[in-house]
Amino acid sequence: MSATMALTGVRMRLALRNRAFVFFSVVMPIGFLFGFFLVFGRGGPDAITYLLGLVLALSVMGSFWGLSIQLVSFREQGVLRRFRLTPIGPGPLLASSIFSNYMLTLPTILVEVVAARWLFGMKNWGNIWSVIVLLTIGSAAFSALGLIVASVTNSMQETQVINNLLWSVFFFLSGATIPLPVFPEWIQHIAFYLPATYLVAGLERALVLHANLVAVSADLLALTASVVVAFEVSRRLFRWEPEQKVSPRAKAWVIVAVIPFLLLGAWESRTNRGVTEMQQIFHTIAPHGLSFTSPGK
Amino acid sequence: MSEVVIQVTNLQKHYGSVQAVRGVSFEVGEGEVFGLLGPNGAGKTSTVEILEGLRHADGGTVKVCGLDPERDSNRLKQQIGAVLQQTSLPDKIRVEEAIRLFAGFYDRRADTDALLDRFQLGEKRRAFYHQLSGGQKQRLALAMALVNDPRVLFLDEPTAGLDPQVRREIYAIIEELRQEKKTILITTHYIEEAERLCDRVAIVDHGQVIAHGTPKELKNRSEGTTRIEVRLGQPEADGTLRNLDAVADIHQFDGTYVLHSTSVPSTIVALVKHLEAEGNELQGLEIATPSLEDVFIELTGRRLRE
Repeated sequence: MSATMALTGVRMRLALRNRAFVFFSVVMPIGFLFGFFLVFGRGGPDAITYLLGLVLALSVMGSFWGLSIQLVSFREQGVLRRFRLTPIGPGPLLASSIFSNYMLTLPTILVEVVAARWLFGMKNWGNIWSVIVLLTIGSAAFSALGLIVASVTNSMQETQVINNLLWSVFFFLSGATIPLPVFPEWIQHIAFYLPATYLVAGLERALVLHANLVAVSADLLALTASVVVAFEVSRRLFRWEPEQKVSPRAKAWVIVAVIPFLLLGAWESRTNRGVTEMQQIFHTIAPHGLSFTSPGK
Repeated sequence: MSEVVIQVTNLQKHYGSVQAVRGVSFEVGEGEVFGLLGPNGAGKTSTVEILEGLRHADGGTVKVCGLDPERDSNRLKQQIGAVLQQTSLPDKIRVEEAIRLFAGFYDRRADTDALLDRFQLGEKRRAFYHQLSGGQKQRLALAMALVNDPRVLFLDEPTAGLDPQVRREIYAIIEELRQEKKTILITTHYIEEAERLCDRVAIVDHGQVIAHGTPKELKNRSEGTTRIEVRLGQPEADGTLRNLDAVADIHQFDGTYVLHSTSVPSTIVALVKHLEAEGNELQGLEIATPSLEDVFIELTGRRLRE
């Protein structure tokens, strides 16, 4: 455990010394916040609460990005090789990625909440405990996803391609930028096969509807499953050196990682729970000033 | 020999169809400095990395401190220190952060501040890794290999690519470690490194040990002959120089003729007369006492190049 903590500390410092990290993890999310609030949030405090959920979700989701790039560059440069000579296994290295990422996301989240409250006059805090737990588990889930990306890609270019792909899907399809109820209903159902959608949906429920931990338990379950499975898969796929090949058996684990989401998506599709709730929330907020128009459902 | 710390028996390693290590065997005793000397691609690094637990052996057995590097990897790593052929650390890590971080991974920890001072990195402790010179980086790599006060040290080409001044600094450090009775396995393609630092040397070529012994024993193999290196204006026909007085053996590398002579004056007089008669020009002449290089040339017919 002490190795994990020491690694966490050093990796936080390394991240803060990296300009690209500071831009993507601090400047960009806060930019989103002002963009969203100024463009869509004119309608009043409730709209701000709703938008804060989206901004927080985006900040947490972005974490897989920098993390996968850092790990892949460590492997490319031979830094991981030097770690391999020591008695620590992949566990502390991977766990420290998740912890350092979480710690580094906290200040951004704090700035976003403070800005929403004091600059944009947000009144409704939602259920703060649900929000905190969702953000914590959400951060771990997206970090673990970044670890899988780092394990299956071999070069920075490959990592960037996969990251871009994942990011666009999460960005547009999870409801974090474009509210899901704006889309045709079949797309809304597809969205519930993505881990990102559970984070957005959970945060919306916690913030707007004051949902307590029990009420967001399905979303928490989805995200927790994603942390556990993704961490285990990344541990199995972990490579110290670019020359090491991922065995076909290990690759099969990536498919295992997808199973919980297929099950959850199928369940959501049957019960219609998530889709209905997101529509409800959206239609409560939209008349108060969100600039989106819904397809009249 | 004192207690055997490193034992390698009939080690095999291949990469696809390339057989990198072909039946290498040797033993290293406690407190001994053992050198694997050979050209690039001889299989030295593969051998060392198998001993460090970084690579899988395809055949044979290896034991370090009585442990199997693959099966008892974590227990073994507590007891060894290593400098890789190329050490990389994150650019923006500070010297003191790096050494403390790595020390934290071990049960037994050396005093990291004392290590930095010992390796003349005390003033650089706040410097970022990318700000260090090549020599400073290599000294840090050595310091990091000692953070667990290891019983065995693996040094893979510790001075490759460093300038002579820095190389001498590293030699001095290794000599100090030798006096502290650390068991050290060092790979090198520098003859002088092996001669100066090692108690025993194994000469490796094409994945096989082709000779081993103390540097003195190995050099005694070519006793009685002295190396004379000659550079000529025009090439000589095969065999003409071999027929000169007292020439025991001759090899040619890129226009340089290496003669092994049992009597230097006789050979040189004969050489000068011969060249005069042939109208050939003597562009360079060097006489050297036998070294490991001569042993290597005798054994392989090739030169150990840097």
